[in-house]
Amino acid sequence: MTPADFAFYLFATAVVAAGLFTVIARNPVHSVLWLILAFLSSAGLFVLLGAEFVAMLLIIVYVGAVAVLFLFVVMMLDVDFAELKAEMAKYMPLALLIGVVILMQLGIAFGVWQSSPIAEQNLAARPEDFTNAANTNLLGQLIYDDYLLLFQLAGLILLVAMIGAIVLTLRHRSDVKRQNVVAQMMRDPAKAMELKDVKPGQGL
Amino acid sequence: MSSADFAILAPEILLAVYAMLALLGAVYTRKDGLAPALVWITAILFVLVAAWIGLGGGGTDVAFNGLFIDDAFSRFGKVVVLLSAASILVMSQEYMARRGLLRFEYPVLVTLAAIGMMVMVSAGDLIALYMGLELQSLALYVVAALRRDSVKSTEAGLKYFVLGALSSGLLLYGASLTYGFAGTTLFSGIIEAAGEGTASLGLLFGLVFIAAGLAFKVSAAPFHMWTPDVYEGSPTPITAFFATAPKVAAMGLFARVVHDAFGGVVSDWTQIVALLSVASMFLGAVAAIGQTDIKRLMAYSSINHMGFALMGLASGTAFGVQAMLVYMAIYVTMNVGTFAFILTMEKDGVPVVRIDALNSYASREPTKALAVLVLMFSMAGVPPLVGFFGKFYVLSAAVQADMAWLAVLGVIASAIAAYYYLRIVYYMYFGEPSDALNGGRSPVLWGFLMASAAAMVLGVVNLFGVEGAAALAAQTLVN
Repeated sequence: MTPADFAFYLFATAVVAAGLFTVIARNPVHSVLWLILAFLSSAGLFVLLGAEFVAMLLIIVYVGAVAVLFLFVVMMLDVDFAELKAEMAKYMPLALLIGVVILMQLGIAFGVWQSSPIAEQNLAARPEDFTNAANTNLLGQLIYDDYLLLFQLAGLILLVAMIGAIVLTLRHRSDVKRQNVVAQMMRDPAKAMELKDVKPGQGL
Repeated sequence: MSSADFAILAPEILLAVYAMLALLGAVYTRKDGLAPALVWITAILFVLVAAWIGLGGGGTDVAFNGLFIDDAFSRFGKVVVLLSAASILVMSQEYMARRGLLRFEYPVLVTLAAIGMMVMVSAGDLIALYMGLELQSLALYVVAALRRDSVKSTEAGLKYFVLGALSSGLLLYGASLTYGFAGTTLFSGIIEAAGEGTASLGLLFGLVFIAAGLAFKVSAAPFHMWTPDVYEGSPTPITAFFATAPKVAAMGLFARVVHDAFGGVVSDWTQIVALLSVASMFLGAVAAIGQTDIKRLMAYSSINHMGFALMGLASGTAFGVQAMLVYMAIYVTMNVGTFAFILTMEKDGVPVVRIDALNSYASREPTKALAVLVLMFSMAGVPPLVGFFGKFYVLSAAVQADMAWLAVLGVIASAIAAYYYLRIVYYMYFGEPSDALNGGRSPVLWGFLMASAAAMVLGVVNLFGVEGAAALAAQTLVN
């Protein structure tokens, strides 16, 4: 067993185990931590495949941003996960049955799977060879040249998501005091305070 | 990538730039105060772009190495999508404004959804298909929940979102299996890899999952369960939008995928589509009978109509696609008119959606009742009206493709469905006297209702030339 093989089995086992614990962990915070382990291990698998750029993206985006965001959401939301899971457990036998049936069907399909005779040729038609050239260059070529349209459409989809989040959640409340930065900066000390000469016994 | 590629995409780019400018402009100026103007500008822009695409003509152009196809079929789809979206926008303006729903994001989201639909009918690649579909769906999930203070509207948005995500998952799984089989995501590559005759197992798995995902988007039974709840919960103008443009786009995408990518294995998918068709026709006909809410009724009616449109697709021929396109164009016209009427249903300014509120409507509003009668007869497929020709087209497509059994089932389902359309007419003309409806005198809605009803009568002469355009579109798609 070469070190690469060993690393593969290590990472692969870690991904599967971490995925399983993400689902069955009782404490949602533990679930998120297991999820982070799953992401890290899959990043390791990507490195083994020679896709180091994707691996780094996975760590920076998924672990660095998404998982940490999850962690915050899980900690801030007041959801009783145990109750939710109890609700889910009612349907577990049926879900398991359907899952097993689909798994068996897919297993049968996998057994007799045949790719198209020209699939290899189609795959080879792509000039990119990720094992030899720098990932970043090749991905840049793909994303910003061949798939520019799809990249821009993905951008539009994210724009819709952003508009949607704002439309559905932003509420302009009139009963809160807001900081007005411009007014604060334009404040003139000379005009901010007024001195009054109050005569004794009269008040203002 | 060259300037020629961008020139082919010019309508989509124009709309995208407009959407972003409108968003920025409204955010930095008067915000929601600008919304009515934006709605009108968007609608006018849609009509202009539709005219540009429709009258521009041209042959078949492929952009970005086959990711995007501009041909007669996509142009037909885009014109129908844009015109119906423009009508719905104009119809919705007053209703939304009066109920405080007219936010400036609404026309922007509709524009972005329209771009998604235009990409859907032009997709030449599995990734482009998915991007168009998600752009459209995501915008629709948001507008479904636009009335965020209402539990029903929020529920509609959430339900649509969760089930839509599930269907996207199915579709993506199918797409990945197809990619695994063919080694390429381009439709032109898949059809080459699939060969002629019957599909091999790998491709068949991909086909079934993709068909399931798309059937969800066109709300064909048995993937219809979201439709009644989403139609009922969304604000009525949004429901009208759901019932028109997205249906055309999804149907166009369905036809595009099965013919462009799976055109070599026709016999494998026609049976799937035929099953979807029969299930939708009967479910839409039977389940609508017990409905008391007109929006739910329209949801089942749209499921029923999708069954008929799928019948055209199920025949697997160019004539079948032509029949489907004609049917969709007629369906959209009828729905625009019917929803224009539903938007006027109100009592003391509060919207009414109960069907029995229509009791003796004819004695108070004879003109409008007559227009609704024409529309309902047309939906039911009563002979002298345009709706009959739509049904006749798909039925003859099925018969020509040796699927007489499908046509017979279609006629039976149509007869069942006629019951609930005629029930509405019965309520209006012979119902007990009541005053459940008053008000609702918007000239815009009146105009759309009358225009749609008039189209159902006058269209029998030559269907306004839709036939020729649909025939050309079908020829370019199937050959």
